[in-house]
Amino acid sequence: MQIYLPIAEVSVNAFLLLGIGGIVGILSGLFGVGGGFLITPMLFFVGIPPAVAVATSANQIVAASVSAVLAHFRRRTVDLKMGTVLLAGGLVGSALGVLLFNYLRGLGQIDLFVSLCYVIFLGIVGGLMFMESLSALRRASRPGTVPRRRRHGLAHSLPLKVRFRVSGLYISVIPPILIGLSVGVLSAIMGVGGGFIMVPAMIYLLHMPTKVVVGTSLFQIIFVTAFTTLLHATTNHTVDMALAVILILGGVVGAQLGSRIGARMRAEQLRILLAGLVLAVCFKLGLDLVLTPREVYSLDPEGIG
Amino acid sequence: MIRLLLALLLLAPAARAETVVLGLSQNEVAITATFDGSEILIFGAVRRESPVPDGAALEVVITVAGPSERLVVRRKDRVAGIWMNTEGMVIDAAPSFYAVATTGPLREVVTWTEDLRHSISIPRAIRAVGDIEGISDPRSFREALIRIRAAAGDYQVLEETIDLEEDTLFSTSISLPANLTEGNYATRIFLTREGEVVDSYEAVIAVQKVGLERWLHALSQEQPFVYGLLSLVIAISAGWGASAAFRALQS
Repeated sequence: MQIYLPIAEVSVNAFLLLGIGGIVGILSGLFGVGGGFLITPMLFFVGIPPAVAVATSANQIVAASVSAVLAHFRRRTVDLKMGTVLLAGGLVGSALGVLLFNYLRGLGQIDLFVSLCYVIFLGIVGGLMFMESLSALRRASRPGTVPRRRRHGLAHSLPLKVRFRVSGLYISVIPPILIGLSVGVLSAIMGVGGGFIMVPAMIYLLHMPTKVVVGTSLFQIIFVTAFTTLLHATTNHTVDMALAVILILGGVVGAQLGSRIGARMRAEQLRILLAGLVLAVCFKLGLDLVLTPREVYSLDPEGIG
Repeated sequence: MIRLLLALLLLAPAARAETVVLGLSQNEVAITATFDGSEILIFGAVRRESPVPDGAALEVVITVAGPSERLVVRRKDRVAGIWMNTEGMVIDAAPSFYAVATTGPLREVVTWTEDLRHSISIPRAIRAVGDIEGISDPRSFREALIRIRAAAGDYQVLEETIDLEEDTLFSTSISLPANLTEGNYATRIFLTREGEVVDSYEAVIAVQKVGLERWLHALSQEQPFVYGLLSLVIAISAGWGASAAFRALQS
């Protein structure tokens, strides 16, 4: 069944879009990532203009994250205090990111910059997670050795210390705010919620318990992507409601399934799966940058001032 | 006065021996939610006051042009192993859609000068009088624009697709792609002999969104903040609804 999207001005198969929404929804519930890093490239692939794809996927991420976060609220795996601190940094960061985005778009280098960001961040994050979860799995298979975690880092020596009870941490708010800020900048430029950067940052930099990380990341993503959606709707008029509704229908169902699958899996297994996925996307995007493109010319109707 | 009018009436057909009478299967295209491209039948007849002239055959050319827009054509080059955009050329006005159908090979049906005068062929229909300073090869940028749009089915050269019966009745069909933009699509018909345009006629096909599509598009343009909020409300309630529904299913 073909459907004509009013803002994107293209006609696309509705079931294809439902499927994309569903797959991304499962991932979002499973890993606590918004899924933007998958949905945006997938929408490019089915022929949605990039500006509409970025804006609309932000809208879809809001729905998927709301659906998933409710499941986490019931399991009490959301650190609201930490989420709010991260969010404060995130909103400032995404506003800065939009400014940078418009500047680079004027130069005609936005595609390259976005791709480079994806390759670099997905590469680093995926690689680190993969190695860490491999060694965690190895430790778990050899009983007797207790995993040693570094408890004292920069977050403990800086001022403005706050107790985060749900996470069981007593650390300074400066590192979480900085993390929120930088993820906010990146998420505005890359058109994603930023969960795939936020989740590892919370695990490896803030040393939060893995179970709490997913719910807290989802909580924060809802607000950052809602802000991004409004920003895109008011400045670029690129949020396609019809496209969003179809993606959401697939996405909310997927997110519910995902968070139920996630509850039955071990944290290390979850992490190694996510790492594999992140590395695969990174590899594909990196290849596109290096291989000779079939068409070296491109049309850019929005590239003017 | 009456004599003058009479003289004009008598002279008018004589000045142009052959004129076009045109019909369109539809002069409006409504973009609905299930819009999946459209086929437009263009047909017409040649009206004559005198017998068919001897010599060169009558040819028909039909063009359909979508609304024009400004755009930038960019070229990638390999810089330090990575492909990135290096040069960009502004094209002042390029139609979002352009189809040209003919009774014979385009170059034989219309001379170069007539093409230049009436902007019939695709390269003529694109205006690129913009800033070409500092661009090494403006021509290849224009060619790239046509190549990309032709590959997407937005630019169509349909040579020898018009049926011309007894030098009088002609018909052709032009398929509009699914990714149609709104606007007025100018449809022109040229009658030519020996490559010279004998008569031309212009009509407009109005392409516009209807129903929900129209309402959403208008809202997003006129009240973007309300539109944004509405999108969020839908997203949040859908997320909450799905969560509640799944809980109800489980218990």
